[in-house]
Amino acid sequence: MAYLDKAALKVVGTRPIRPDGVDKVIGRASFGADMTMPGMLWGKVKRSPHAHARIVKINTDKARKVPGVHAIVTADDFPNIANEEAFVGEGPMNFRDLSRNCMARDKALYDGHAVAAVAATTQAAAEEAVELIEVEYEVLPHVIDVEAAMAPNAPLLHDDMFTQGVEPKPTKPSNVAKKITFTKGDIAKGFAEAEVVIERRYTTKPVHQAYIEPHACLVAIGADGQATVWSSSQGQFMVRAYCAKLLNIDIANIRAMPAEIGGGFGGKTLVYLEPVAMALSKKTGRPVKMVMSREEVFRGTGPTSGGTIEVKIGAKKSGRIVAAELVLKYQAGAFAGSPVGPGCMCAFAMYDLDNVHITGYDVVSNRPKVAAYRAPGAPISSFGVESCIDELARELNIDPLALREINAARDGTKTPYGPTLVNVGYMQTLEAARSHPNLKIPLGPNQGRGVASGFWFNIGGESSAAVHVNEDGTASVIEGNPDIGGSRASMAMMAAEVLGIPYDRVRAIVADTGSIGFTFLTGGSRVTFATGMAVTQAAEKVVEQLKSRAAAIWDISPEAVEWKDGKAFPAGSNAGSFEPLSLADIAIKSGRTGGPISAEVSINAQGAGPGFATHICDVEVDRETGHVKILRYTAVQDVGRAIHPSYVEGQIQGGVTQGVGWALNEEYIYDKNGCLENPGFLDYRIPVASDMPMIDAVMVEVPNPRHPFGARGVGEVPIVPPMAAVANAIADAVGARMRDLPMSPPKLRATLDEQDPPRMAAE
Amino acid sequence: MPHVVMTGIAARRFTGGLTEFDVEANTVRRMIVELDKRYPGLGEQIDEGMAIAIDGEIFQDAYLEKLKPDSEIVLIPKIGGG
Repeated sequence: MAYLDKAALKVVGTRPIRPDGVDKVIGRASFGADMTMPGMLWGKVKRSPHAHARIVKINTDKARKVPGVHAIVTADDFPNIANEEAFVGEGPMNFRDLSRNCMARDKALYDGHAVAAVAATTQAAAEEAVELIEVEYEVLPHVIDVEAAMAPNAPLLHDDMFTQGVEPKPTKPSNVAKKITFTKGDIAKGFAEAEVVIERRYTTKPVHQAYIEPHACLVAIGADGQATVWSSSQGQFMVRAYCAKLLNIDIANIRAMPAEIGGGFGGKTLVYLEPVAMALSKKTGRPVKMVMSREEVFRGTGPTSGGTIEVKIGAKKSGRIVAAELVLKYQAGAFAGSPVGPGCMCAFAMYDLDNVHITGYDVVSNRPKVAAYRAPGAPISSFGVESCIDELARELNIDPLALREINAARDGTKTPYGPTLVNVGYMQTLEAARSHPNLKIPLGPNQGRGVASGFWFNIGGESSAAVHVNEDGTASVIEGNPDIGGSRASMAMMAAEVLGIPYDRVRAIVADTGSIGFTFLTGGSRVTFATGMAVTQAAEKVVEQLKSRAAAIWDISPEAVEWKDGKAFPAGSNAGSFEPLSLADIAIKSGRTGGPISAEVSINAQGAGPGFATHICDVEVDRETGHVKILRYTAVQDVGRAIHPSYVEGQIQGGVTQGVGWALNEEYIYDKNGCLENPGFLDYRIPVASDMPMIDAVMVEVPNPRHPFGARGVGEVPIVPPMAAVANAIADAVGARMRDLPMSPPKLRATLDEQDPPRMAAE
Repeated sequence: MPHVVMTGIAARRFTGGLTEFDVEANTVRRMIVELDKRYPGLGEQIDEGMAIAIDGEIFQDAYLEKLKPDSEIVLIPKIGGG
């Protein structure tokens, strides 16, 4: 059933308080690090101090003698997993790589790579023992940067890695894990028709998701082999599946409990500590708790890729683009699997182009293995493409927004990656941007305005949800997705809308893996879409039961009952004359009419519907310091239908803020030995509240017909345009084109100096 | 008969480089079975690593989805998110 008539909605589209809000404000919410158990041990990881080194020997004799130490594990305590790839988390996952990322086997592949772990009665004892573990390394040459890693003589991370996607199959191993291409039309013919060609090279740095809550877990394995895992993650079912695989335990013997989560943004779609804590718990027979420090988060967990983006665009003087070519080289970190694929697919998806050729390279180097980060891969390629589009607009002397309007993808556009777009709202975002008052605000000296657009697919996937009617007429919603962005509120709202009762009569909880059917993790902007669909369907089933129970009370046929505004009514005069029965009236008698009223639905939701966004950024550049101040930021996005508008706005504002950090400050700094020099928020600069203006989140609603309320994913695409929007604004402000991220004050100062060399005092 | 287009190059090793096929099939599962018969190994590749866009809407792991005779079907890499 569809509920697309916005005017008829009573709950969906309102802004109630989130059910977990009070607990989080007063500090009562229970996160991963808040769990404790009697007899609990503390686990701590020993990490490699080298970027690339063979592990010759690990001597734990001294560490074992530390009072309170119960166990030490190394790779020998984990099954040696075969090379096996599956699509389990947020992309293809090679279990051998995942296992070796959690605990290095044979070689340490990056500074911070786990090589051993200790369980002890106190944190201090565990830390002391970690220091006393003696690891003999054979230090190997390392490589950090992506193009250096692609060089023929680069130090090799994996002797058995042969570049996939090239013919004939290579005979020599390489750090290039994969080459991919996408082609549409005839690229040579397109460039031959071009009247203007712009060719540029851009670079981005790996950036961390910078979730505020570090990874944490508590694992207890009983004498019967049954394990319970409490952890902060984006998916308790993902934790269960990965732990089962990495430790060769039946899934049925693991129960994963979702803690509250203090941010993930994709970075908690895989495991680091949980399998290690499980191995320690198995060895000791005691619960083991592990909590990463911030330094460990930076050194040991995955950021997103850095990359190079080579863009070539050919256009007519009218602004019509006739050819677009792109080469992407993405850092995967120590194991293959960068998001270069989606980077390729999203890069030109905003445009209706006839001739496109895209090549992508997935490249390993001695950095932490990358993890997903909002719209994985798309922000990187879009920084290059949307900067280049801006450069083209300036070359053609066409308004950047107008250039996008000329070339915009719309319903019926065949994308460069294949499918034809349907029910998309890119043009509507351009129209909303065009008419927004912020676009007309005059700019002062050293101030500039930049525009950029973005695309993300969004996904659906497997979700389960249950709705229970309680005996007092309230309802419970049980879902399997950790609530990161307010999804409990959204789920409760959709259930309330279908049931016809107020929002505050519905309470949603996130259940553990033993209490609800399989649910794919919280990511890909899928929860409101897919799990919301399951909740809606479960609520609809409950409504059918309520009608049936009312029919039983009235002793009439269920077909003669209709459900409206939370009450059962006789459907017309032929059905009889009865006073309406509320949900509470029916619930109190449920025992007499057949027992509890509840329904659980499990689905594989399809047709998520892509998201488009257009952003306008105004900046002011301090020419003396190179500091860039964001004056105002307007983010327009097609959200399908906002279930809870405040949380949609929150997603947009959060994505923009992270994008601004990516644009202006964030980067990993390595020393000559390949060791990370800035593993903390003091030196890894993320935006804080005082760096940002109030972001104007403008919601365009082009309903997704696949979803009962028209929702489409909203959490990914807002991080796609900001880097180019900021770069384009800086170029507009001071004429300096920044093609390498981050556009930090020293870099911008240097670029301004090139533009206008400083005079020496003697002159 | 539905027309199937394969973008990207991951699965081309199964097809000798071919990227477009006409397949007699009325469901996604039938299409995969038919393609695997024609190009052994391609079925598993689709199952494990590919999404299927049917008339512009993206489906992942959707054996039961119906195909129309004039459906535009595009096999693309599977998509995750953050």
